[in-house]
Amino acid sequence: MTERGVFSAWRAMLVRDITLAMRRRADVLTSLFFFLIVVSLFPLGVSPEMAVLRGIAPGVIWVAALLASMLSLGRLFSDDYQDGSLEQMLLLPHPLSVLVLSKVSAHWLVSGLPLVLLSPVLGLQLGLDGDGIALLMLTLLLGTPVLSLIGSVGAALTLGVRGGGVLVSLLVLPLYIPVLIFGTGAVDAGTSGMSFEGQLSLLGAFLVAAAVLAPLATAAALRISVE
Amino acid sequence: MSTGTIGIDPSREGNGDQMLEVRDLECVRGDHRLFSGLSFSLQAGELLYLRGSNGSGKTSLLRTVCGLMEPAAGEVLWAGRNIRKQRDEYHNALTYLGHVNGIKGELTAFENLRIACALSAIAATDDDIYDALAEVGLGGREDLPTQVLSQGQKRRVALARLLLSEATFWVLDEPFTALDVGAVAQLAKLIEGHLQKGGMAMFTTHQAVDIRAGAVREVNLDS
Repeated sequence: MTERGVFSAWRAMLVRDITLAMRRRADVLTSLFFFLIVVSLFPLGVSPEMAVLRGIAPGVIWVAALLASMLSLGRLFSDDYQDGSLEQMLLLPHPLSVLVLSKVSAHWLVSGLPLVLLSPVLGLQLGLDGDGIALLMLTLLLGTPVLSLIGSVGAALTLGVRGGGVLVSLLVLPLYIPVLIFGTGAVDAGTSGMSFEGQLSLLGAFLVAAAVLAPLATAAALRISVE
Repeated sequence: MSTGTIGIDPSREGNGDQMLEVRDLECVRGDHRLFSGLSFSLQAGELLYLRGSNGSGKTSLLRTVCGLMEPAAGEVLWAGRNIRKQRDEYHNALTYLGHVNGIKGELTAFENLRIACALSAIAATDDDIYDALAEVGLGGREDLPTQVLSQGQKRRVALARLLLSEATFWVLDEPFTALDVGAVAQLAKLIEGHLQKGGMAMFTTHQAVDIRAGAVREVNLDS
């Protein structure tokens, strides 16, 4: 197959998944509202004091983003698995990892990117200042694609397993920990006037490593699950 | 491909070298051995009719031949090479129609086919797609989400994919299910035409269908 064939397949898959997400908007909105509501619970449950909220803001928003991006993972492959599209995908004359990367990109565009775009509102609500909010967005922009990539491996491994939704959280959440640590660490460092380049570089490194390795692992897991 | 593959005479013409060979295949599901020591081959223009009772392993065999399932033993060769070693080339020559249609309920019939073509790098224009849908009797329903179509109509969308396919080797798992008499005859004709053009097909069905082909082979998994 030519490189052009692979690229047009990549694009076709991306367009397909985004179109599907737009036709099932409820699914996308559910995880977005989940994100909003979880973060909004903290001022009610912990303390309405701005000083307290400002301290926990990066952690709260990041944890909520982890959970929200995981909500939509279950559907990443399961619909395709049930209606036979996944079998057809496995039989395409293109490397499976490229198609997986396309599906994960679509997943991030409809479930990760909205979290990034919504985060300034929540940052304001929890009393972060302008620089803090900018930094929070930047870490989420680097971090949420990693979440989608790592999550795709878990989603592929638990395909067709009963109670796969819960299982995928058990598999994937521990792997999200480094992203969480460096994501919140960068914002904390930034808001207290320290250097945060190190954490951002590490997040970038995670992204590159996940983008290279996760599609390969996901492709292998899909072949096993479909069998 | 300039490097000569062992066992193939490069001077052979046409589709002669595009041959499927199954050697000593064994399939195990759970603790149960479905079949073992199964060998057959298929040449251009030939049809393979797979028989067997429910649970005899027909679908497993078809999936193994496609490369979706790993055989417990034995190998599947395409043009003399194991399909595992040439996945992209093999899948380029293959079309599989499984139990489930592989179409998206939220997308229209037209969108389903357009995406399927783009994914398999088939150069079909929009008109080709509309023609294919009209030919399978879905004219006027091209722009309905396929989830509102009946079971048989969904199957017809999957058949339209066969019409557009440029693959040489068709693997069809119960292709006649849910189709009415007219559509069954039409699909039988479609397979005949494909074989006449030098294609190959392998299928399983419980219905009595009359397909004329140059050579029909039969594999019975019950015996």
